[in-house]
Amino acid sequence: MDGTLIIFWAFAGLAVVSALSCITRRSPVASALWLVVTLFSLAALFVLLDAQFIAVLQVLVYAGAIMVLFLFVIMLLNLGRPGPTDLKGPMGLTVGVLLAGGLLVQLLGLRRAVPPPGLALAPGVIARAAAEQGMVPAVARPLFGTYLVPFEITSILLLAAIVGAVVLAKRKL
Amino acid sequence: MTLFLISSVAKILVVFTVIMVGVALLTLAERRICAWMQDRLGPNRVGPQGLLQPAADGLKNFLKEETLPARADKVLFMLAPAISFVPALLTFAVIPFAAPLPTPWGDVDMVVANLPVGFLYILAFGSLGVYGIVLAGWSSNNKYSLLGGLRATAQMISYEIALGMSTVAVLLLGGNVTLTDVIAKQSESLFTWNVFPLSLAFFIFIVAAFAETNRLPFDLPEAEGELIAGYHTEYSAMKFSMFYIAEYSNIVTASALMTTLFFGGWDIPFTTWDNAPPWTPLKTVLTLGAFTLKTSFFLFLFIWVRWTLPRFRYDQLMALGWKVMLPLALGYVTIIATAIWLLHDQLGWTYDTRFALALFGLNLLLAVPLFFVLDRGHLIAGSVAEEGGRA
Repeated sequence: MDGTLIIFWAFAGLAVVSALSCITRRSPVASALWLVVTLFSLAALFVLLDAQFIAVLQVLVYAGAIMVLFLFVIMLLNLGRPGPTDLKGPMGLTVGVLLAGGLLVQLLGLRRAVPPPGLALAPGVIARAAAEQGMVPAVARPLFGTYLVPFEITSILLLAAIVGAVVLAKRKL
Repeated sequence: MTLFLISSVAKILVVFTVIMVGVALLTLAERRICAWMQDRLGPNRVGPQGLLQPAADGLKNFLKEETLPARADKVLFMLAPAISFVPALLTFAVIPFAAPLPTPWGDVDMVVANLPVGFLYILAFGSLGVYGIVLAGWSSNNKYSLLGGLRATAQMISYEIALGMSTVAVLLLGGNVTLTDVIAKQSESLFTWNVFPLSLAFFIFIVAAFAETNRLPFDLPEAEGELIAGYHTEYSAMKFSMFYIAEYSNIVTASALMTTLFFGGWDIPFTTWDNAPPWTPLKTVLTLGAFTLKTSFFLFLFIWVRWTLPRFRYDQLMALGWKVMLPLALGYVTIIATAIWLLHDQLGWTYDTRFALALFGLNLLLAVPLFFVLDRGHLIAGSVAEEGGRA
């Protein structure tokens, strides 16, 4: 078997196992830490796809900043100890099973999906772009050129989230 | 391929060993320098000039009893020291420490992994160091430990932003994120070292680096006056020692980073002989010496500051981080980006000594009002004025 393939299956397996652990652990801290492992495995998969920049951002933003904030909040509210189950009664269980079944059907449907031709790149295109203009400009140029308007609109979304957080935290301004 | 594998394994072994020995010597250096600053002798009994003191400490730590608090989270309690120690070492992997070494099979880069995203890798792994401290604080099941862990999280997240922002300026000037390119850009003359065109970025970086490594004046996570020993209160023996090793590894990495980003990396000042091929073993050794000297200076600086400055109060730390460092870094990036755009795109200057000196002049102009404002606000001078104002 190809070396890359072995690495892929190792990290793909780790991602699935840690994601399952993340949603099955009772202790919020354990869940958060398993999520960190998942994010790391995803970063490794990005590296295998020649997308080192995305991989590093994955670690920097999600594992390094957002998950640390998660842990901070868990500890600040002292939720660290295992709590009771979130599934409330037979009704909750039924809804949960139905939702999970729906997701599973969607995943099975995805197996047959083919990416649209516009998204498929010839092999070596990314490596060549990275060699020509470096890793970051390959992402930055489309982001701040072609897709500038969607990018700026995203910042409005974030601003709305910040305003919402401030309003929730401070009833009286 | 074979050359790559063999040279990589050799480099990993050598770099790991050198950092570990360096960390051991650094613990001794800290105690000796502290003693010297306080007009004492310090540990000088074990071996010549106390050189074997780290070995004696290590032996003691191995032989001491390992304790485990009754209601601690066992797995995380064991894991936390390792988690705090690994990112510090991983970060060093992308730092180039000498000119390439020629071998009969081709040139070998003197960096463990020359990543195309080198610089962002450092930020990414630097941000992971906090996990060890937070988990240690939480898993100990001790309120002082927990408080230390909480402080560590808040502090490191706050200063990480300033740290990242200050390095954006370096990227703007360097034009690339690979560290070998950042060094190559700086090696033209003494004034193209980034500390001259980007002096204020260096100022922000060094303050943030002290906060990120939890060193005085920002060692709030372990503030022994209030929190016993903060996050490592419940640790003993080798696990406690691991936190120390992690702290010093972090200092070594931070010093190496300052050298690389702002002081030309392995570049030897006043000559351009060392920057270009053909590479020779002599160049490798001399540039390695230059890198070691510069890094040692910053290591000394870390110790020097620790035994000079008192600790910040927690609200002062947060105020400095969010109200001073972050706006300062943001504003500075804007100004520097405009200046580079003016010089490079409008006037058509290429990056050389003239360019660097022009930016250095701009930095001096900015520094005067900045330090005036910093002092007048008494954010750094202490709490006396603030308390007077409140009363």
